[in-house]
Amino acid sequence: MSKRLDGKVALVTGGTSGIGAGTVRRLAAEGAAVVFTGSNAAAAEALCAETGATFRAHRVEDASAWPGLMEAILARHGRLDFAFANAGTERGDSSVEDIEIEGWNTVIGVNQTGVMLTVQHAIRAMKNNPEGPTGSIVINSSMNANRAMGNYVAYSVSKAAVVALTKSAALHCGNRGYNIRVNAILPGVVETALITNLIDASADPAAMRAGYESMSPMKRMARVEEVAALVAFLASDEAAFISGGEYLIDGASTAGMNGL
Amino acid sequence: MSDLGAQRLKGKVAFVSGGLRGIGLACVERFLAEGAEVVLSDLDAADSETVREVMAGLGQAASYVQANVTSEADWQRARDEIVARHGKLHVLVNNAGTDLTGPVETLAMKDWRRIMDINVDGVFLGVKTLVPLMAESGKDFRGGSSIINVSSIMGLVGYNEVSAYNASKGAVRMFTKGIAIEFAQKQMPIRANSLHPGFVVTPLLHAGFKRWVDKGFAEKTDDLIDAVSGQTPLGRLADPAELAGGAFFLASEDSAYMTGAELVMDGGWTAQ
Repeated sequence: MSKRLDGKVALVTGGTSGIGAGTVRRLAAEGAAVVFTGSNAAAAEALCAETGATFRAHRVEDASAWPGLMEAILARHGRLDFAFANAGTERGDSSVEDIEIEGWNTVIGVNQTGVMLTVQHAIRAMKNNPEGPTGSIVINSSMNANRAMGNYVAYSVSKAAVVALTKSAALHCGNRGYNIRVNAILPGVVETALITNLIDASADPAAMRAGYESMSPMKRMARVEEVAALVAFLASDEAAFISGGEYLIDGASTAGMNGL
Repeated sequence: MSDLGAQRLKGKVAFVSGGLRGIGLACVERFLAEGAEVVLSDLDAADSETVREVMAGLGQAASYVQANVTSEADWQRARDEIVARHGKLHVLVNNAGTDLTGPVETLAMKDWRRIMDINVDGVFLGVKTLVPLMAESGKDFRGGSSIINVSSIMGLVGYNEVSAYNASKGAVRMFTKGIAIEFAQKQMPIRANSLHPGFVVTPLLHAGFKRWVDKGFAEKTDDLIDAVSGQTPLGRLADPAELAGGAFFLASEDSAYMTGAELVMDGGWTAQ
C-alpha cells in the first residue's frame, strides 16, 4: 500500500511544539511535503532535521504576512492540499470579570482571526490547484467549544467561534463548487509540553496530573500522536466525504456525566 | 505509531451485522483488506445464493452466520461461533438497520415497533452479548476493542416524514455515549463511537427512494439522487467504501483516544 499522503503538500500553523509538531511528524511520515510555521526557530530547526519538513517564521494573526507565506509555498511546491489551522494561545486569558482588553485581543487575534486568515489563504491557494479546486482544511478547536471554562473566557469563546467558522467555510466551498473540505477537531486535554510544564511547576504535581487525567473517564490525557492520527485521517482521501464536521477526540470527556 | 503502510488490522477479529450489502459489506471488505478476520451476519440463509456469491468473493478470512439482530438467542449463537472460530473479538460494527417513512399519524404501531426492534434493540443486544468477550480481547491492542454503532445524520437532525427513523438513530447515538462512559469509567478496554452517514448509495437508499417515487414525490429515483446531490455541499452522494474508511479509522489504533464521539460522514449536509 502506498503512503496515504504521497504527493500532497501540507501547511501546519504553530508547528514547532505540541499537537502541531506531532502533526508535522505524522504528515511527513505519511508522505506529505510539510511546511510549518511558528516562532521558536531552535525547535523548528530540530523538527526540520528530523522530518524533512520546512519552517517559516510567521504569526497567524498578522494579515500582512500571509501573502508572502503562501507565495513561498506555491513557488516551491506549486500546490497546497492540506492546511492545519493549529496555532493557538491562552496568553493573557482570564475570567470575563477580570480579563484585560490586551489579553482578550491576543487570544481572539491568534485563535479566531488567525484561524480565519489560515482558512482564507488556504482556500485561495487550493482553488488554484492544477487539477481544479481541491483540498482539505482542519481547524484545531477544543472540547471547550462545547464546555466553556469560567477562568478562560477568551479561549472558550474563540474555540466555539471557529466551529461556526468551519461550517461557514465548508458551506462556502460547497456553494462555489470547490472540492475543498473544512472540518474541526475538538481535542480534550492533550499531554503536550505546555501541560507537563504546568504540572511540573505546580505546588503538587501529582494532584495536578491526576486532575487533568480525571477530565476523561479513561483516566488519562490524549497523546499528541493520537490527535495527529485524527488530523491525518481528515487530511487523507479516506475522508473525501467528510466536510463541515466537528470531531471530538476527548476520551468521552464531554460525552456526559461520569456518574457516582 | 502503527506501521502506516501495513495492514493495520492484522491480528484483529471483527464482527459486522448486516454484512451482505451496502455499508456493512463495504466494512467487511475493508477490514479484510487491512488484514482482519471477519465474521458477518445477515438475515439470509447460509446456503442461499446471495450468501454463497458474497462469501465466494471474500475469501478464507471471512465467515458467515445467519442471525436476526432482534433475537437475543441469535446473538448468543453468533457469539459462540465467533469464540469457536477465533476465540476473540476486537471490533463490532452494529450496522444492520431498516427504515420507515411517512406522516407520523399514519405510522402503524407494529411498524414503529419493528424499526425500534431492529435499529435500537438490535444494537443493544449486540453490545450486551459481546461486551465480555470484547473486554477480554481488548487487552491485546493499544486502544482496546472498538464498538462502531451505525447511526445516521438522521440521528442528529430531524427530517420530514422520517420521525421513527430519527428516533431510532437518535437512540443509537445516546446509547453509544452511555456505554462509552461506562466502559471508560470501569477501565474496560473497549471504546464506543457512533458513525453518522449522510446519503450513501446503498440498496436501502434505492429502496427508500423507490417508495418516494411510488408516492409521487418524484418521477424517478435518479431525480431524487440529483436533488440530494444538489443539497449536499460536496455535491454528491457517498460511496459505501467511503463509510468503510471511517469505520476502519474507528476500528484502528489511530482512534485510540476517541470514545463517546460521533464520526459524521455526510458531505457537509448537517453543517447547513
